[in-house]
Amino acid sequence: MREEHHMKLEMESRSENEGLARTVVAAFLLRMNPTVEEMNDVKTAVSEAVTNSIIHGYGNEVHKIILSADILEDCITVTVEDFGRGIPDIERAMEPMYTTCPALERSGMGFSFMEAFMDELHVTSSVGKGTVVRMKKRIGREKAGNGSYGSAD
Amino acid sequence: MNRQIFHKEGATLRIMLPREVDHHAAEEIRSAADHILETELIGQLIFDFSGTEFMDSSGIGMILGRYKRVRFMGGAVRLTGVSERVGRLLAMGGVYQMIGKEEE
Ligand SMILES: Nc1ncnc2c1ncn2[C@@H]1O[C@H](COP(=O)(O)OP(=O)(O)O)[C@@H](O)[C@H]1O
Ligand SMILES: [Mg+2]
Repeated sequence: MREEHHMKLEMESRSENEGLARTVVAAFLLRMNPTVEEMNDVKTAVSEAVTNSIIHGYGNEVHKIILSADILEDCITVTVEDFGRGIPDIERAMEPMYTTCPALERSGMGFSFMEAFMDELHVTSSVGKGTVVRMKKRIGREKAGNGSYGSAD
Repeated sequence: MNRQIFHKEGATLRIMLPREVDHHAAEEIRSAADHILETELIGQLIFDFSGTEFMDSSGIGMILGRYKRVRFMGGAVRLTGVSERVGRLLAMGGVYQMIGKEEE
């Protein structure tokens, strides 16, 4: 049977909402019966993308972020969208250790973590208009019965 | 921020990191820790991860930032209570190239 689920959340770009975003996606992901590791991987990636929208997209001003997630069979796709400054050079931005905000103690590892913990990462951005980060991960590749998050439904 | 996460024993400052070390938490820890580092004599800073279940790259930036500060004053930094997950993130973020890994 074809499993399809969708969720969408609109929230303000406040740093308190980083935890909210992780919790919401984690709760949504639970129905896929992920391992602890898979759960942590997705939470880290979501946290990185939302934090980037808050700090870089909006420069810590409060505006709108749209978080959505889709489950299609054994894959989850998470999308984080902001309508902020945008990224002039995406390829450069995605290099490990590259950051435009060293003064804010950014490590420049956000995109690297998203890439490492998800299977696919797509970034589209337009300067002055905003950024969309879409990332996909297959759940259940690791053997079942290995530290999994309890019962599926 | 809750000062209970900071424990000073002599010239050693131990920071009990929270359950989730994200950008929000890292900013609070950064300003509170820097206030202590500016006003008190600290020779050793210990980041204690024993209560930490989640961290992202903002935690890496916060740790490296404090490391630079403490090293500049001639002090030392240690990491304890590191779980496998947190250890992996620290390694990926290059933290172990600066701060030695400890066997527990
Ligand atoms: N949503 C966004 N809007 C604008 N710029 C962004 C966004 N996300 C990332 N960037 C840019 O990409 C760079 C690299 O991002 P990242 O790898 O997460 O590192 P860091 O957040 O530590 O700077 C950022 O410094 C910023 O210039
Ligand atoms: Mg980032």
